[in-house]
Amino acid sequence: MATTTAPLQRTWRRPGKPVLVAGVLLAWVLIWLPARGLHTLGLSPADLTPLHHWLNDVNDTVGANRNSSPLFLYFFNEIRAAVDSLVTFLQDLIAQPSYGRPVPVLGWLGVVAVVAYVSWIFAGWKPALLAAAGFVFFGLQGLWEESMDTLALTLGAVVISLLIGIPLGIWAGLSDRFHRLVTPVLDFMQTMPTFVYLAPLTLFFLIGPASATIATLIYAMPPAIRLTAHGIRSVPRSAVEATESLGATGRQKLTGVLLPLSKRTIVLGVNQTIMAALSMVTIAALIDAPGLGKTVIKALQTLDVGTAFNAGLAIVVMAVVLDRVTTAAGNRARQTGPASRFRKPLLAVFGIAAAVCAYLSHTYFWAAEFPDDVSIGSDLSKGADSVAQWAQEDLSTATGALKDAVTYALLNPLESLLVESPWWLVGAVAVLLAVLIGGVRSAVVTAACVALLIGTGLWQDSMTTLAMTIVATVMVMALGVLFGVWMGRNRLADRIIRPVLDAGQTMPAFVYLVPFLALFSATRFTAIVAAVVFAAPVAIKIVADGVRAIPAATAEAATAAGSSTWQMITKVQLPMARPSLTLAANQGLIYVLSMVVVGGLVGAGALGYDVVAGFSQGQLYGKGLAAGAAIVVLGIMLDRIARASSPSKGSN
Amino acid sequence: MKLLRLTATATLTALALTACSGEKIGDTPAAGASSGAAACGTFNLAVNPWVGYEANAAVIAYVAEKNLGCTVTKKDLKEEIAWQGFGTGEVDAIVENWGHDDLKKKYIDEQKTAVAAGETGNKGVIGWYVAPWMAAQYPDITDWNNLNKYAAQFKTSESGDKGQLLDGDPSFVTNDEALVKNLKLNYKVVYAGSEAALITAFRQSEAKKTPLIGYFYEPQWFLSELKLVKINLPKYETGCDADAAKVACDYPEYILDKIVSKKFADANGPAYKLVKAFTWSNDDQNLVAKYISEDKLSADDAAKKWVEANPDKVKAWLAQ
Repeated sequence: MATTTAPLQRTWRRPGKPVLVAGVLLAWVLIWLPARGLHTLGLSPADLTPLHHWLNDVNDTVGANRNSSPLFLYFFNEIRAAVDSLVTFLQDLIAQPSYGRPVPVLGWLGVVAVVAYVSWIFAGWKPALLAAAGFVFFGLQGLWEESMDTLALTLGAVVISLLIGIPLGIWAGLSDRFHRLVTPVLDFMQTMPTFVYLAPLTLFFLIGPASATIATLIYAMPPAIRLTAHGIRSVPRSAVEATESLGATGRQKLTGVLLPLSKRTIVLGVNQTIMAALSMVTIAALIDAPGLGKTVIKALQTLDVGTAFNAGLAIVVMAVVLDRVTTAAGNRARQTGPASRFRKPLLAVFGIAAAVCAYLSHTYFWAAEFPDDVSIGSDLSKGADSVAQWAQEDLSTATGALKDAVTYALLNPLESLLVESPWWLVGAVAVLLAVLIGGVRSAVVTAACVALLIGTGLWQDSMTTLAMTIVATVMVMALGVLFGVWMGRNRLADRIIRPVLDAGQTMPAFVYLVPFLALFSATRFTAIVAAVVFAAPVAIKIVADGVRAIPAATAEAATAAGSSTWQMITKVQLPMARPSLTLAANQGLIYVLSMVVVGGLVGAGALGYDVVAGFSQGQLYGKGLAAGAAIVVLGIMLDRIARASSPSKGSN
Repeated sequence: MKLLRLTATATLTALALTACSGEKIGDTPAAGASSGAAACGTFNLAVNPWVGYEANAAVIAYVAEKNLGCTVTKKDLKEEIAWQGFGTGEVDAIVENWGHDDLKKKYIDEQKTAVAAGETGNKGVIGWYVAPWMAAQYPDITDWNNLNKYAAQFKTSESGDKGQLLDGDPSFVTNDEALVKNLKLNYKVVYAGSEAALITAFRQSEAKKTPLIGYFYEPQWFLSELKLVKINLPKYETGCDADAAKVACDYPEYILDKIVSKKFADANGPAYKLVKAFTWSNDDQNLVAKYISEDKLSADDAAKKWVEANPDKVKAWLAQ
């Protein structure tokens, strides 16, 4: 961290950056005081701009021409048929009665055996046991069929994502130009709210597994592309040059050096793709995607927290199992030690055992349908129900006070500053801050983003959402530092907290919305809390990894010099983990933005509500689309400013 | 190594032994091949995401399967997407439609892919409601003229110095901002954003005796749990809501109806005849909705229970 001394040397030339930033903020408040309420570009929820009307018309035209256009007849319909048949095949295999039989081809015993066997081959003993236990748990929950439907759909989406994503990732890894071209597209795919393209998708690909799969893979494919490209780009120059000097062809270079050396990162990409696909389960259920998502949505209609929790838990378990198995497989891909001499015979023995189980589950009812007399699902539901009930009755006074404190002290002032300032003032402040923090290039991007936000016609809603986003991100970072440092310093804490973080990331928000609504009412604060639950785990994990990555020698030197724990954290560990902190802030922000729409369901209003309403009412479709675009623009603007301020220019 | 082999053999033997007992798949002929299936065929029924709709769909699906031998495919879809499905041939019927004049214009008049199939017999009411304890404690609150008197009580962290009017489900059309303005009420409309948010808010209002006024509608299963009290806004008269910006009257009563795809209607099969003939009262729907929401019956079981208790009504649908 040689840069830490640089600002000191510069101060004699001009005021330091922090002073200038503070000056800009102060000037903002001073101008805001007299100019309050001027040029705020407000638009009431029911009103539309010409752009919104135009988008509606485009949507209608597509719908009206669907059955006559050759593009549909020969292009989209073909894609739909191919995707449909892949997913239906997987469903027939493990989930749905098929081929004239009352049960799927493989019953529960066969699926458990095959999953355990495959996990053992690629990942080892522990993940295999975890996988078997996890899958048996779905059966015990009384959710076997739903879980297998979800698994089939997720696998389908992941397979297609990888088939397309890995080649594209390799291309982006080899070609700078393609990398530059594809990055904004991936940003767009990851931050554009799914609600915006769900309805048009069913127009293109009809209602059914194909649309659900494609909705899932739009969100799930970017990590595969990004991480493959990242892996190939991180291969040391020296290794590449060595093969080049040996006269290797491009193909040999790729298969002989680049791919093997980036294998671990690519496996991480596979892992992230699976996680992203699972996070789409509930939303895809809105267009009739089969599986656990439907159970959650149905339970939400009657505010049945217990049933929703049970299904949500199955999604969490599936995510944890798939995460641990793929992570272990990735780690194993790195170590290529000599295989144990037991491996070959065991491979055969277990293979036969798995095959026998598969045969039994194909032939006998007891191995095909999970026995429903051992269900613990209703107990789990009841337990979750009573916890939620207790929280709602006994905690809501305290949580209400917390909500009021944060809202009045932090959120309302910030929001009134952003929302009641004239648009030109906020725009000027944003551009100035971008210049100070990131330089001219990020100022240009910021100016363009401000212009786009005005263009969407949703400036005021964007500012309201921005205020909530900032508060949520601050809370995410506070938690990220607090728990990240703790977990980074303490292995035991890490082991205990990590599964909780996994649950926070993969438990569908729809499950905890109802208890949160009871605790914090339908307010902006509820939306913030939901966003924090989803985003804090990522930040915490990144900070923990950063703290742990500090060389042991450095920490030992500091201890030897007599540092107290507090000094150790503040003077050594946090400064040295600074790149991780920046990356955590960046990812935390993106995750917070991806919860804007969920926030719209619990009282956040603004852009989130616009998107939800656009999904629900035809005449608001165009406005919802514009709001989705505004969320993307906010994301790009904040991300570019934050990224420019990062010394490491983390490009994840 | 030996031990491993031994355990493996033991497991396999055990598995093989247990396998000998148990019913084989295929011993009994697959069920579901009933005789009437050919006449009716497949019936694609959209299921919109609220319990009242699910009640209609459950009963229609049950009768179509049991009495007409149809193969019913229920598709869980939001309204917009269900309407779109008429055009793409993926949806045959929507069995509880709330107004949606814009969609009727688009799909019935312009694209001609859908046709109306009569009323469901249910009446939809939209309006402003308060929890029962409020109506009991402040009896005059149900008159809109008195709302300003109570505005201060409804203040929340979201509404600034005005009273909060909690609006809600984005699926429903709302004139509330215009109403508040035109009736000169000292309220701010706050968008809860989902039905779950509205119901939770009313539940908490009753349990904690905290003031709350919000947008709600009937028929809705939640009203059998908590009988919300409707505020009387200036009476609706035909045309008083013609200009959305100038609305100063209550919402009209919605006559809920059924919409089917043109193809489905033209084929005039038994399932279409059933959908067209289907009609029942709000009480009927509320009862089935209660079976689903409170008694936690599956949609199919709830329908069975109602159908067995109301054979005359079912017979009347089938007779037409």
